[in-house]
Amino acid sequence: METIKIKSKTKLSRSSENLYKEALKRINGAPQGTCPTELALAFANICRAQSCGKCVPCRLGFDAISEILNKILEGNGTSEDIALLEKTAKVIADSADCVIGSEGASALLNAIQVFKEDFISHVENDRCKENFTPVPCVANCPANVDIPGYIALTGAGRYADAIRLIRKDNPFPSVCGLVCEHPCENLCRRKLVDDAINIRGIKDFAVEMAGEVPVPDKYQDTGKKVAIIGGGPAGLTTAYYLSLMGHKCTVFEKRKRLGGMLRYGIPCYRLPDKYLDRDIDSILSLGVEVKLGVNIGTDITLDELKKEYDAVHIAIGAHSDKKLGIPGEDKIGVMSAVELLRNVGDNHKVDFTGKNVVVIGGGNVAMDATRTSRRLGANSVTCVYRRRIIDMTALPEEVMGAKEEGCEIVELQAPVRVEFNDKDEVTGLVVQPQIIGAFDRGRAKPFKANKPEEVIPCDIIIVAIGQEIENQYFAEQNIPTKWDQIVADDEAIIKGHDGLFSGGDCVSGPLTVIKAIEAGKVAAGSIDRYLGFNTVLTVDIDIPNPPTTYMQQCGRINMKERPAEVRKEDFEIMEIPMTLQEAKQECGRCLRCDCFGFGSHKGGRTNKW
Amino acid sequence: MVNVIIDGKKLQVSENTTILEAANKLGIRIPTLCFLKEVNEISACRICVVEVAYEHRLVPACSTKVSEGMEVYTNSPRAREARRINLELILATHDNECNTCPRNGNCELQRVCEELGVKQTDFVKNVSSHKTNKNFPLIRENNKCIGCLRCVNFCDKIQSLGIWDLVGTGKSAKVSTTSGRKIEEDNCSLCGQCITHCPVGALHERDDVLKVLDAIQNKDLITVAQIAPAVRAAFGEGLGIEEEKRTVGRMVAAAKATGFDYVFDTNFSADLTIMEEATELLERVKTGGTMPMFTSCCPAWVRFIKTEYPEFIDNLSTAKSPQQMFGAVAKTYYAKVLGVDPSKIYSVSIMPCVAKKAEKDLPGMGDEERGQDVDAVITTREFEKLTKLTYVDVDKLEEKEFDTPLGIGSGAGVIFGTTGGVMEAALRTAYYSITGKNPDADFIKDYRIDNGIKEFTVDINGVKLNIAVASGLANAKTVMENVKAGFKKYDFIEIMACPGGCAGGGGQPIHEGKELGAYRSQKLYALDKNGTLRFSHDNPAIKTVYKEFFEKPNSHIAHELLHVDHKQK
Repeated sequence: METIKIKSKTKLSRSSENLYKEALKRINGAPQGTCPTELALAFANICRAQSCGKCVPCRLGFDAISEILNKILEGNGTSEDIALLEKTAKVIADSADCVIGSEGASALLNAIQVFKEDFISHVENDRCKENFTPVPCVANCPANVDIPGYIALTGAGRYADAIRLIRKDNPFPSVCGLVCEHPCENLCRRKLVDDAINIRGIKDFAVEMAGEVPVPDKYQDTGKKVAIIGGGPAGLTTAYYLSLMGHKCTVFEKRKRLGGMLRYGIPCYRLPDKYLDRDIDSILSLGVEVKLGVNIGTDITLDELKKEYDAVHIAIGAHSDKKLGIPGEDKIGVMSAVELLRNVGDNHKVDFTGKNVVVIGGGNVAMDATRTSRRLGANSVTCVYRRRIIDMTALPEEVMGAKEEGCEIVELQAPVRVEFNDKDEVTGLVVQPQIIGAFDRGRAKPFKANKPEEVIPCDIIIVAIGQEIENQYFAEQNIPTKWDQIVADDEAIIKGHDGLFSGGDCVSGPLTVIKAIEAGKVAAGSIDRYLGFNTVLTVDIDIPNPPTTYMQQCGRINMKERPAEVRKEDFEIMEIPMTLQEAKQECGRCLRCDCFGFGSHKGGRTNKW
Repeated sequence: MVNVIIDGKKLQVSENTTILEAANKLGIRIPTLCFLKEVNEISACRICVVEVAYEHRLVPACSTKVSEGMEVYTNSPRAREARRINLELILATHDNECNTCPRNGNCELQRVCEELGVKQTDFVKNVSSHKTNKNFPLIRENNKCIGCLRCVNFCDKIQSLGIWDLVGTGKSAKVSTTSGRKIEEDNCSLCGQCITHCPVGALHERDDVLKVLDAIQNKDLITVAQIAPAVRAAFGEGLGIEEEKRTVGRMVAAAKATGFDYVFDTNFSADLTIMEEATELLERVKTGGTMPMFTSCCPAWVRFIKTEYPEFIDNLSTAKSPQQMFGAVAKTYYAKVLGVDPSKIYSVSIMPCVAKKAEKDLPGMGDEERGQDVDAVITTREFEKLTKLTYVDVDKLEEKEFDTPLGIGSGAGVIFGTTGGVMEAALRTAYYSITGKNPDADFIKDYRIDNGIKEFTVDINGVKLNIAVASGLANAKTVMENVKAGFKKYDFIEIMACPGGCAGGGGQPIHEGKELGAYRSQKLYALDKNGTLRFSHDNPAIKTVYKEFFEKPNSHIAHELLHVDHKQK
């Protein structure tokens, strides 16, 4: 028998692993707007580097693709070259012996087909179609907030200036400091060094430190009147900017309080009323008129609004719930997450003491319902999801938080029917175990496992499988709709309806608060132009100079929460803000992409919109 | 104020100072390449990198601000190594055919190589293949481009046109048109400022020197040269001639020595322009014509109006520019004086300008009978080259006078070469037209500026004229936006596309890092001040040409030859 030895890694193989780790960093923090042809070349070169060299297609094919791409990049490519690229990738994918060749080539083939437009541009005009994005966080913020600017101001202790700078593009700094989904952090360039900046945490800190910051001066009164239907983030953003521009705004809100989903969707342990009201009070301080408890269609008609106002903006959000469509859904104890959270938002805190609660769904709303039920005193809370936990669309920290608070997450169980007693009260949820299977549209899809149905005994079932838009009234008014959504273009204009605008969840379907703010901004600009103006909003704040070179690798300060055992008992805010020391260090990590690299050439900021 | 130590020397400077500026104060030189003050401070070339104590990376001196206690080492081994490697990388992608480059001997890349002692590159040579249209007045050769992006930022910030941009990323990143159109189809004004601010030979004008020399040496042609006002303020700079010797007389002698049959002065036709334009202005004021009236001498400005503000084309004076008026006179009146067929006359203009090369080919600038008003245009730089090609030793030439009669020009004509000069010349004659007598020639001297925008109101016997003068197209844009929005009401607007006017023109000799518009303008003002003839309408040659040929300003024949329809296709 041959001697066998304990395997150990060579220095070289460890270095290779390290280089792959670095490559992963570059992928996680990939700059946007880079040349697709260049990227295809880099990918082809990685595939080539990974080929063992045994088989022809992989050993020679990737190199051939690389050569052709080089030729195209040098401006010497032809349309025959583009055709040959596609053919070669197809043949490698088809005839390679192992996945090193076939998977690489399939990915490359996909890219080649999508990038063709850019290849043609290189071949025909010797130029790339993409434009480099100088400041990734700003580019990824739907509202275009000057992130490096307010981080620098916060780092310099100029908190009020930071808030003023944020408000130029986003009138909800207090809300976003707590609950923004922070797409700005997704491609933060700091990921090339260590990890993204905790941008949301810095914003929250700035808001905490700034205290009350007065809103800027309004433009002169224009005499124009705008009606805004819906007092959520989209509608209030529109009201804020239109008021600044000098137009008189009236917000019509169906419910008792302003805030929309911020009030009635996001539980107050994540966003306490105090934080929401801070932003709303600032917005209202511009003289926005508010009519609460007004339902458009019954209390006042759209036609009446159109007559009385110079423009009407529809921002009604997505406030009705989707049904499961299983037997027993109408029994006592079954409710929707929307209904539960709305009641809590109105301070009607139902008592779940001693109850066993089942929540159905895997999104953030399901997590909100789960954790809210825990705080309402439930004996047990079980969240049931038909896919795997890793397939959940809820943020991982939300899932982890729910678990910490003692909620159970049950994966791969599909609801079948509701069990109930003779009083029509819920007694349990019958579920069918699932097995995860083949991919469908990029996601692993579950199907029925060869296991019998199970029963999860419970008293309350909360359905959190999505929201819908109540657009019936507007559809009756001949406003264009598609499924449950209102149809407006990317300038919030409803085609064919002079003076009517719409934006936010009711147009896009349920999205995030920052997307609603974006929609509100866009509508404000469009309405201002429609009213015959072209008002420029700007702010005059000098941004501190950047440090000479960036701080070397340094860990990211993550947000902390109050201990699970304590926080699960109350509705008080869960998150603990950064300390001064933490905020200073985190601000210092910002690479100031507005001042270095492409930012120093193209200018890192837009001072007006 | 902050305290810094640079190469061991202590200095106290304000905190908004860059390391480069602070070092300059101490007399310490840090090499730069892409840097262009206030225009291109993007630290792209990384040649100016220096070592700063406690910083883990080298920092660019041109864009890094000093801070308290900063300790800088400008020429440390680490900094020198980085500079050398970066320079060698540039050299590997730069077409090093210096012998045939228009910037040979006046090239920043050559200078930095010399300074850093870099004699070769260890990298594999990989020069981009380039496709360029050699027939357009402005030529970009990307195989010479070092990616400094000065042209991009100059055109964007100073000229507001943003014609150039860095296109693509990574290996294929290069400077190209922002629009994606070919430069000849783009909205480029042809001001030529990207040429004079290019550190190397990536941008240059179409070389028409040989074409002109061929004409000079063609025995069948009578070559008639005109020299623009601003050329005299700069000619010789690029030949290394000392300042006292750079006189008008020596410039004329040089032109004659190259072989032109007649050497005339564009000042003459500048005076003619004033007669036509001042008359047109007063006519527009009287009859309620399209106002405000814009000057039309600067072809880059005219191109700018046509592409950026086409709705204002009718505001341009219909008077041709002095270059075109001169050509028209040369091919008609002067052909008659000489008693030759216009086809025998080859009209060459020597201009501080690149856009003039395009202006001569515009519709209406000539007709079938007389041919083109102007047959060839060479820049001041090409004129200097012509003297080299004909082995003229300018330094040793005796001064000569312009030929007559088209060589007689007034001081009003001379100042056409500076921002505000056309306006001043026109107002001198307008004053005479309104009052019947000459004002003090310096009566609006107080409104002169070096660059930027100047607004003022003159009152000539109750005729109030609101005036705006601007140079640089970003300034022109500001003026136009104000006019468009109705914020400002003007009667007469003078625009020159190049900062400081033609004195700072895109065809003038190139001096790295120096803006010489204002300095050359002062020379023009001095020529005006020291001359005896300071009013266009007093120019005896002008009087003669009206008496013998044009009858009076805006006459039928004047309209035919001296005016143009800017909308003509």
